[in-house]
Amino acid sequence: MLNYIIRRLIGAVPVILGVVAVVFILTTIVPGDPARLMVGQRGNPETIAKIRHEMGLDRPVMVQFVDFMKDALTFNLGRSYRNNMPVVQAILTRLPVTIKLAIFSMIIAVIIGVPLGIISAVKRYTWMDYSAMIFAILGISAPVFWVGLLAVVLFCKVLGWIPGTGLGNGELIYYVLPSIVLGVRPGALIARLTRSSMLETIRQDYIRTARAKGLAESIVIMKHALRNAMIPVVTVIGIETANLLSGVVVTEQIFSMPGLGRLSVEALLNRDFPVIRGTVLFMALLFVLANIIVDLSYPFFDPRIKYD
Amino acid sequence: MQTKKSINNTAPVKSKRMSEGRSLWMDAWLRLRKNKSATFGLTLVIIICLAAIFAPYITRYDPYKQLIWTEGIKAKLAPPSAEHWFGTDVYGRDIYTRVVYGARISLQIGFAATGMSVIIGVVLGSLAGYYGGFIDDFISWLTNVVFAFPFLLFVLALVAYLPPSLPLMYSAIGVVSWASFARVARGQVMQVKRNEYVEAATAVGGGDSRILFRHILPNILAPIIVQATLEMGSIILLESSLSFLGFGVQPPKPAWGFMISEGKQFFLSGQWWWSVFPGIAIMVLVLGFNLFGDGLRDALDPRLKQ
Repeated sequence: MLNYIIRRLIGAVPVILGVVAVVFILTTIVPGDPARLMVGQRGNPETIAKIRHEMGLDRPVMVQFVDFMKDALTFNLGRSYRNNMPVVQAILTRLPVTIKLAIFSMIIAVIIGVPLGIISAVKRYTWMDYSAMIFAILGISAPVFWVGLLAVVLFCKVLGWIPGTGLGNGELIYYVLPSIVLGVRPGALIARLTRSSMLETIRQDYIRTARAKGLAESIVIMKHALRNAMIPVVTVIGIETANLLSGVVVTEQIFSMPGLGRLSVEALLNRDFPVIRGTVLFMALLFVLANIIVDLSYPFFDPRIKYD
Repeated sequence: MQTKKSINNTAPVKSKRMSEGRSLWMDAWLRLRKNKSATFGLTLVIIICLAAIFAPYITRYDPYKQLIWTEGIKAKLAPPSAEHWFGTDVYGRDIYTRVVYGARISLQIGFAATGMSVIIGVVLGSLAGYYGGFIDDFISWLTNVVFAFPFLLFVLALVAYLPPSLPLMYSAIGVVSWASFARVARGQVMQVKRNEYVEAATAVGGGDSRILFRHILPNILAPIIVQATLEMGSIILLESSLSFLGFGVQPPKPAWGFMISEGKQFFLSGQWWWSVFPGIAIMVLVLGFNLFGDGLRDALDPRLKQ
């Protein structure tokens, strides 16, 4: 197991290196001089030249690239151009919000998606199946930010159940609505996948055997079928993490949550390149880590899968 | 391949040549027509496409015309009425008109960006699957990098700094969305290239490009088309997120995402129509593509049919 984890982590290195390279290229080729941006329109050429020198922007691109690679791998991501805060610190203060949001919404997605999928598969071609699947297809078709907006208006303004957007003093209640909104799409996907995967599993011989030996239908479904049907669902959770992280950017914007997503949008608006590089890098890291965790959870659902 | 086999068994065969040329697609089309939700999805897509094409004929106003200058304050944020079906925005522009014209932007970006990602993805994926070895390693690595990238941020970073233009927009989206096509194409090519007819083509001296284009690609088309239809929905959602955040298509162009964001503050104070209608438009269009894509998958791949 430990061996496998180490191997996976090593295997992730080339991917992360690739992400670092793309981030560097992206923030280097774009027009606009960060030094000029820092000084403002009225800065004189000498000041700009001086700042460019201090930031190392006057060095050859290849040298900058190698330095950036080294720095990135040691998590030395520089300081924000805008408020001179170390980028790692800026990210670490925002990271918990995003991680909480991502985890809560995944939990909600599973809580909504798996039961809906099971009901759909078991009560196939009934009104329950149809309504669950209509919900699911609407869930993957509606834009996250729009659902978020509707939710804010309904639950904060009209019903007044939730105090409002923002983070308050970090109480959990402020995470409820954004997590639900963010969880709708993965939840809908999970429901669809659970359904088709359950239908596939129910046809297997061992399910017939389980029924034949007189087990209660609920035990057949919950114990024998569900666990085997969960494998593709677990895979989709891993893949959806990437979408989730994109969704986080928009959701944090709607709900004014000070997470990584907002940080990156602010940084983009201000051409704060160190922060942009840092946030993208961290999001890619989160994605890779999430996928490793997902892979590690396979043996739990299918003991035939072993890592050694 | 499985598809072809099962089709030859079921399709009524008039003459052998006819059935070989058409039966896969004909049969898929017949199955698709029987699928109610797929035809519903296709209908939604066609209606919106027609609305986009004939926008000037089905709207009464100009999408940029600010009626507050001619009709005064009563045209400002007017609620939906017989005059203005979806109401007007704060500048007195007719929201129904803007939603209809907005379909042009979403569809244009959707088709162009999907087309680009199909081309990039299928070329790279086929090369990886066909040649294997180092080429496969390299392309698979590239695919994993693109997958690990938070693509919304990637596109944001591209469109935030480059001059705003539609071609740039769909190039940016195409550059980040090809990875799923590459994966599908790679897997399919690896599977197809083991078939005997590919071996036969190699044996009679067919070159690599001839084998790839004449013998392999036509046989991996079905899953690519399914993937592309479903991807259309995702790309339209991505584009609307971008314009919602204020990047990408620039005002006063009637991009749906941006309209939602413009109307946001008024929605919170009760004037819901500015934000709600463009949102419904996005949802209906994406729903159409998703339903149609689901149906296509069932129609083109009878193995998956439950």
